[in-house]
Amino acid sequence: MSILQLAWRNIIKNPLNLLMSIILFGLGVGLISFLLLFNSQLKEKFDKNLAEIDLVVGAKGSPLQMILCSMYHIDNPTGNIPIKKAAPLLKDLHPLIKKAIPLSLGDNFKSFRIVGTNHDLVDLYNGKLNDGALWTKDFEVTIGRSVADDTGLKVGDKFVSSHGFNEDDDMSHDHSSFMVAGILEGTGSVLDQLILTNTATIWLVHEHEEAGVEEEAGQTHEGHDHSDHSHDNSNADLLNHPEQEITSVLIQYKSRTNFQALNFGRNINENSDMQAASPAIEINRLYNMIGVGTDALRSLAILIAIVSALSIFISLFKSMRERKYELALIRVLGAGQVKVFALIILEGLILALIGFVIGTILSHIGMELVAKHLKADFRYSFTGWKWLAEEWIVFGVALVLGFVAALIPAIQAAKTDINKTLSEK
Amino acid sequence: MISTNNLTYKYQGGVDILFPNIICEEKDILLILGTSGVGKTTLLHLLGGILTIQKGSVNIAGTEINKLSDAGLDTFRGQNIGIIFQQNHFVDALTVLENVVLAQSLAGKKADKKAAKQLLDRLNIGHKSDKNIKDLSQGEKQRVAIARALINQPKLILADEPTSALDDINCQEVLNLLHEQAKAAGSALVVVTHDTRLKDKIANRVILQTL
Repeated sequence: MSILQLAWRNIIKNPLNLLMSIILFGLGVGLISFLLLFNSQLKEKFDKNLAEIDLVVGAKGSPLQMILCSMYHIDNPTGNIPIKKAAPLLKDLHPLIKKAIPLSLGDNFKSFRIVGTNHDLVDLYNGKLNDGALWTKDFEVTIGRSVADDTGLKVGDKFVSSHGFNEDDDMSHDHSSFMVAGILEGTGSVLDQLILTNTATIWLVHEHEEAGVEEEAGQTHEGHDHSDHSHDNSNADLLNHPEQEITSVLIQYKSRTNFQALNFGRNINENSDMQAASPAIEINRLYNMIGVGTDALRSLAILIAIVSALSIFISLFKSMRERKYELALIRVLGAGQVKVFALIILEGLILALIGFVIGTILSHIGMELVAKHLKADFRYSFTGWKWLAEEWIVFGVALVLGFVAALIPAIQAAKTDINKTLSEK
Repeated sequence: MISTNNLTYKYQGGVDILFPNIICEEKDILLILGTSGVGKTTLLHLLGGILTIQKGSVNIAGTEINKLSDAGLDTFRGQNIGIIFQQNHFVDALTVLENVVLAQSLAGKKADKKAAKQLLDRLNIGHKSDKNIKDLSQGEKQRVAIARALINQPKLILADEPTSALDDINCQEVLNLLHEQAKAAGSALVVVTHDTRLKDKIANRVILQTL
């Protein structure tokens, strides 16, 4: 019968007394660890998807919405921009721009977005082919890892898209049949949940729709013969269609510190009917908005943790007083002051440990539930089954709280005058 | 086995209590009689190493316990002294058997459940081994307390008023039991009491008187 066993038996002797402390402690730990899990994964997603994009140019509207739409693919576009307006950005020889990647949105397959773009987007997120090839012709697509996993699409498979960003059978473009040319490796970025094709394909799908004619893809349309003409993926090709529209352009500067680059976005905003926004700034704005909420939650969690430590202190103190004869007896039976001190400290630590385990389980289950929800809504993969290094810190803090809560009762117990206690009748 | 020399104790603001020298050999029984307030419990606690000795000495099996450090005294007490209190306390969270085993562990000895069970059997309480200690009657609890005091085969067994709450028949029975078990364990038995019924039953006795 070790001191540890004795401490454990004392704890389970009267579980109801301790339920309150443990639940409170678990709640505090759970909330803190949930916030850690959520924030870290959110930040990771956002940061990974920043992908060194310096500027996003699109239709006027909410800059945050444009960023969320063009880079994170979780909001609707602010509108489209005509290529002739965006042409200066897309020209190869722009002095400031290293890369300009056009994006065209408008369709989805099983709520995975179909994005008309060029191969630079794949490079941007360090995407690598897992199977097949990158798209080359109209209506050929290369799909991200999550798309392949969730839809079961394989190279060579055909599918029909739906209009908009949510799956809706009534909005299917029955006529536009896409063909999977390749599947990318998982990157952990937004690339995983995209269906990539060339920009022209998006136009074709929507031309058919606007014309209200059900045509097979590849048929002659407005004198533009698609069957023997494939759009290549270059920006130069886009410039041949100044009347067409794209959703936005992702821009990487040649040099971020260039003075002109710093003013580049402002120039667009002031002198054109397009808008430019810096992802870093907008995402920081978003963090700050979310931050108010998470700060409040964190304060609440810390408050709960402190109250629970106080409640552990009170229950240990009370139980120590009730057990003062027991403790004196343990001394008589040969336990030194150190052992009695250790006994009460162990009880505090065990309570904290149970609370930590309960809280951790709660937070991970909670995170997994939220992850399911987020996945259904935004196609973003979060997970509850991930252990963060910070959780070890929470573990350490929990044990320290348990120790501190037990300290005064333990000192009192160790200092108990056994002669006096046992002389009381 | 146990002897004292000029043992004196003074409570804060009180007067010196000088205790008569006592001596008790192994397997022997010594009765310390005295009315309330003469310092019986003080003497018992001094002999048992519960109260720090201020003056004089107590020698148990060759060790002068007044010379031990606090921690040394804790260990010595656990290993060499078994104490039966008038009101016996137990660890409520544990079973009867575990309470006895706890005495082994806390004395730094190996937990020997079999030995503990055998001892409980010898004291006719073995059938309650796995009961929670709280579910036992006072008489049963006293037997468990005796088992706990004996389990480490201590050099000295101290009993504080073991019979004062009992009727004549039970008084005799408990005394016999104590003596028997102390003999079996090879311990010296010191009984501290105001119960004058024991006077005629124990030849070797010291009477405490107020000075």
